[in-house]
Amino acid sequence: MKNFISIKGVGKHFGNFVAVDNVDLAIEKGELFSILGGSGCGKTTLLRMLAGFEVPTSGSIEIDGIDVTSQPPYERPVNMMFQSYAVFPHMSVEKNIEYGLRREKTAKKEIAKRVDEMLELVQLDDFRSRKPDQLSGGQRQRVALARALIKRPKVLLLDEPLAALDKKLRERTQFELMNIQDELGITFVVVTHDQEEAMTLSSRIAVMNNGKFEQIGTPKEIYEFPHNRFVAEFIGTINTFKGRVSAVNDEKTKVYSTEAGVTLTALGKQLVEEGQQIEVAVRPEKIFVSKDKPEDNGDVCLEGIVDDFGYLGNRSLYRIRLKSGKIVQVSSQNRRRSVTRFLTWEDRVWISWHPNSAVVLLD
Amino acid sequence: MNWRRIAIAAPYLWLLVFFLAPFAIVLKISLADPVFGQPPYTQSVSLDSFAFLFTDKIYVITYLRSVLMAASATFLCLLLGFPMAYGIARSRPATRSLLLMLIILPFWTSFLLRVYAWMGLLNNYGTINTFLLWAGVIDQPIPFMYTDFAVFVGLVYSYLPFMILPLYASLERMDLDLVEAAQDLGASRSRAFWDVTWPLARPGVVAGCLLVFIPAIGEYVIPYLLGGPESLLIGRVLFDEFFVNLDWPLASAVAIILLLLLVIPIVLLQRYQARDQEGVA
Repeated sequence: MKNFISIKGVGKHFGNFVAVDNVDLAIEKGELFSILGGSGCGKTTLLRMLAGFEVPTSGSIEIDGIDVTSQPPYERPVNMMFQSYAVFPHMSVEKNIEYGLRREKTAKKEIAKRVDEMLELVQLDDFRSRKPDQLSGGQRQRVALARALIKRPKVLLLDEPLAALDKKLRERTQFELMNIQDELGITFVVVTHDQEEAMTLSSRIAVMNNGKFEQIGTPKEIYEFPHNRFVAEFIGTINTFKGRVSAVNDEKTKVYSTEAGVTLTALGKQLVEEGQQIEVAVRPEKIFVSKDKPEDNGDVCLEGIVDDFGYLGNRSLYRIRLKSGKIVQVSSQNRRRSVTRFLTWEDRVWISWHPNSAVVLLD
Repeated sequence: MNWRRIAIAAPYLWLLVFFLAPFAIVLKISLADPVFGQPPYTQSVSLDSFAFLFTDKIYVITYLRSVLMAASATFLCLLLGFPMAYGIARSRPATRSLLLMLIILPFWTSFLLRVYAWMGLLNNYGTINTFLLWAGVIDQPIPFMYTDFAVFVGLVYSYLPFMILPLYASLERMDLDLVEAAQDLGASRSRAFWDVTWPLARPGVVAGCLLVFIPAIGEYVIPYLLGGPESLLIGRVLFDEFFVNLDWPLASAVAIILLLLLVIPIVLLQRYQARDQEGVA
């Protein structure tokens, strides 16, 4: 299948500053693709190049087989929902939504029909003649969404779509966005700094850092098989153990780690050599805590002391101090209701995980 | 009486003492007849002065000339001021305060001195003519001084900052994303300007135009210093009727008609703007 959006060797320099550094990216039709990264990583610049507000210093951008690299924003088959929503304050909801079609000189009847469709889609039927300052933040966002969707763009760009909403509204909007995307089949490209937002929304994520992609993959791939330390730490929390590769074959890698005090095993073929300094990483929720030493079943098993813990309702977090002084974070589901504490400070405990849960990080 | 009431009453009191009371006095004088004496008007009540204003064509023409002059000066101020205000509003913060400073800087010199300076620039042996003669563009000095052109230049120069500052205030507040959103939805740069930037700058445009038009229409010093004897404007007529002809009732009538001429469009504009502003925070 041909790529719907194809970004080839795109770079953007502002003076000496390299905002986007020679990136390649292919997005398929109908995807909900997220570009995830911290502030200043170049994600917004990349989005603005897709929208046409910035011209790339190098490289080319194609949308649906057409080179749009030097097309101005008003000629691109792309619409954008701004982080600030950028709803026109001097126009009513209806006028805002129909703006794009009026610029296209669409027939009046057609405009009215499509405005009605959009108002229904975003559930703002009763607000059509209101001005933006008579709307709540969430409603303004829906106006911005309807306004961007009415031209039936090939690609909808969303800049931090949920950043300005409170937690409850975020969750609702998230699912609304996914439903709308599903219903209309428009390709969405979302820029966000919020890993949770990216994880729940996207079909695929590109993690961006210093103007480059660190990893591109499905949320699951990114979370479970991070390529490097940056990705592993940017998405969720992770425990890392420094170590030296002591044995490697196609099935597993053995790493001796002084921090862990034992030899750790990670399954799967890794591109490492014997003697190489690497890190083995395990997510907190993949580690089990027990008071008694578990039976030897091939799991990695370490002894430690409870340094601190926190009760979060649905789960508890533990910080376990190993003999080497290394602190390991463990997240454990509170499956049973209990009034008494399972563990408390300075308890001697065992932590264990399946070798399958460990990943090898290269840098 | 508490402080809250005093605070509310203060501006009303101010208007009463310094606006309404003088207005009543001027109105009373305008309805009297002129006599030689002290005071130089009778205690009678008649509309003779107003009637005279409309019988002598010179007054009507002068009013129209003043309106035209003030309106064209306002328009040129808007034409020059808008790009300047836009440029300042879009410049980097450090440059911005410097540019604003430059706009305000002329106020540190007396208004009268600045108008005198224009005499030095515009007269037959002034800076501009000397330069043009030296450059060989002309071989006779152009008589700029004592013409409507000189008055026009003086008005635009003097009142330009009053246009730029309110325009800047409204443009600076504007979210740049709005212009990009319009472009994203299919508007060209100029289309986006007329659809978004202009309507959102309108409160500033209205304020700037009023701030230039109102003082310009009654301006006395600039036409007196730069204008010719035949370029009669209403401020000059007002002065002459008061201090040269000593016809206080006629001068008062001139002032009252001028006030009406200003108040009516201002009220209409404000009503329009209030309606325009509904729903715009």
